[in-house]
Amino acid sequence: MADEKPDIAGYSCPLPIAQYKQVLLAHGGGGKLTHELIEKLFLPEFHNAELAQMHDGAMLTVGQERLAFSTDGYVVHPLFFPGGNIGDLAVNGTVNDLAMCGARPLYLSCALIIEEGLEMDDLWRVVHSMQLAARASGVTLVTGDTKVVDRGKGDGLFVTTSGIGVIPPGIDIHPRHARPGDRILLNGPIAQHGIAIMSVREGLQFGTTLRSDTAALNGLVDAMLAAAPGIHVLRDPTRGGVASTLNEIAGQAGVGMVIHEAQIPVDEEVRGACELLGFDPLYVANEGKVLAIVPGEDAERVLAAMKAHPLGIRAAIIGEVTAEPAGVVTLMSSIGSSRIVDMLSGEQLPRIC
Amino acid sequence: MRYVDEYRNRDIVQRLVQAIRVQTTRPWTIMEICGGQTHAIVKHGLDALLPAELTLVHGPGCPVCVTPLAMIDKAVAIASLPDVIFTSFGDMLRVPGSERDLLSVKAAGGNIRIVYSPLDAVALARQNPDKQVVFFAVGFETTAPANAMAVLQAERESLKNFFVLSAHVLVPPAIEAILSSPANRVQGFLAAGHVCSVMGYEEYLPLAERFHTPIVVTGFEPVDILQGIQMVVQQLEHGSSKVENAYARVVRREGNPAARKTIAQVFEVIDRQWRGIGTIPGSGYALQPAYKRFDADEHFAVQHIATHEPEICIAGSVLQGLRKPHECAAFGSQCTPEHPLGAPMVSSEGACAAYFRYSRIRHG
Repeated sequence: MADEKPDIAGYSCPLPIAQYKQVLLAHGGGGKLTHELIEKLFLPEFHNAELAQMHDGAMLTVGQERLAFSTDGYVVHPLFFPGGNIGDLAVNGTVNDLAMCGARPLYLSCALIIEEGLEMDDLWRVVHSMQLAARASGVTLVTGDTKVVDRGKGDGLFVTTSGIGVIPPGIDIHPRHARPGDRILLNGPIAQHGIAIMSVREGLQFGTTLRSDTAALNGLVDAMLAAAPGIHVLRDPTRGGVASTLNEIAGQAGVGMVIHEAQIPVDEEVRGACELLGFDPLYVANEGKVLAIVPGEDAERVLAAMKAHPLGIRAAIIGEVTAEPAGVVTLMSSIGSSRIVDMLSGEQLPRIC
Repeated sequence: MRYVDEYRNRDIVQRLVQAIRVQTTRPWTIMEICGGQTHAIVKHGLDALLPAELTLVHGPGCPVCVTPLAMIDKAVAIASLPDVIFTSFGDMLRVPGSERDLLSVKAAGGNIRIVYSPLDAVALARQNPDKQVVFFAVGFETTAPANAMAVLQAERESLKNFFVLSAHVLVPPAIEAILSSPANRVQGFLAAGHVCSVMGYEEYLPLAERFHTPIVVTGFEPVDILQGIQMVVQQLEHGSSKVENAYARVVRREGNPAARKTIAQVFEVIDRQWRGIGTIPGSGYALQPAYKRFDADEHFAVQHIATHEPEICIAGSVLQGLRKPHECAAFGSQCTPEHPLGAPMVSSEGACAAYFRYSRIRHG
């Protein structure tokens, strides 16, 4: 009954609202403000053991099976970009979140929030590429929902996908499992997705077309886990990039990390675009990359498995986990010095002088 | 990548570091003027490679940091008006005003756009004739030519709805103010290469002579910066005080005459207030009388708002090279990039943000 609802008027918002009376774009940027929002506002409200795992997806035990369950919303603008569109991005993203739990992705749901006036042909192209992406990654889209909002109340199309997968016996992936002595592996060149989106959104013309790396990583992850079931951590460095993801893992595991600039693959065109725009590739979003933290003795075997897969040809060992300083990621630069690599702060901003 | 990798070459870096070590026999204090150089120094850990005798202090060359609070409050007031599209480079949006920053105005419904060029703002004015488009012209001499061009373009198109809020600042008067201060401890300068690419370096000659201080025009990559430091140290050790150019691939003595001409056509030199420092004579640009109709300051006539600076913030001392960011009681605790008290913690070129981001363990 309505009158039994608790009166929340006397409660106060746990975020420092003196500074943030309203939600800012950076609260959704995947950096520090997003984390503040999660830790101070969402976690205390929804607190439960599964959520407290703080992984890309929840890991649930149902009977004898261990399931991974994940959800993700997609608001990318523009809807179509070099290398993909909001549809395959939404399928691949949720497939990847499940794969990062060590799960075999099985079933997806999809909710479409459509703005009145969207071209039917655009909708078909998005849906068709969702189907192609689902087939390619071996998942089935089994349930969905459609809503249409007034013109001007949405931005073309927003997509939400959720997914379920099964975690095979013997696999135990979690950010907290990173240990000193582990090696950090990456499957290929970074920052492609963010720069591809930036280049179309800002109308930047480069000599070559910069394509998003959006891809389903479950096949690659299967190969990696087959080579070494004892992999400690898998994470896909999406918003906030490699830098923010490694910081999250270092914070959760209470370990330090050292990465080597010269070992981190970045394509020439992407580096050039980053130099021009004042971006650090370490903070630019990826949609087809996986960071793996692997026991030292397994590292070469996993690397070989990655290189044998089409999505890991340019895989590299980019660093190692250390005991100290806990929670800090350090970059050994190409010129022989070192610096802290912090989590993304605010939105990435261009240089002004 | 050509034109970048060779200036981040490990062997050349090590050779230059060795040369500086051999050369240095006494303690010296050198200031890099430009915030871009500050970030490069801290990001690449160059300060840690230098001999202990050398102290690098960070200059006021972060236009975001020195934009006075009253100007930010004015920007916030204009951006909050209905029918205004307020355009700015990204960094300015997060700088705290007395009450709030521009990002909060945006979240509250203000029409604020990040642009990459002032010409994008002109295009917005063209596309939105029923709106008033304001461009926040922040920057040193480097960004002035493009901003001047935007005004000329708006004039050519007879746009009545394009305005510039000018907060331009100039480097040489700032150097003069620092050297004239009784508290000054700076013995040599790295001049900002990009500013000199526009203005040349003739205006530094009388400064070097009058204050017996070497000034070396310096670039932004590790090799550039170390070369600039090496040339300053060499001069200091030999007791000379010349202006030298370590960035000859970009900077010519006379700068870029076409750009200078455009600046002179559109802007006039005025006294300018610098946040944390005070008013420096002849240190800013305002629109020439012939272009006053594009002046947002005049058009919107925002009344001065009472400003309020956090008392604990030592941004002024940091910007003058008198203190280092980590010497501030609020550094990393009350003041972080997410919750900045002062502009140097916000800007991608601010000294406090550089220290926090790249080296807070070393300095913490």
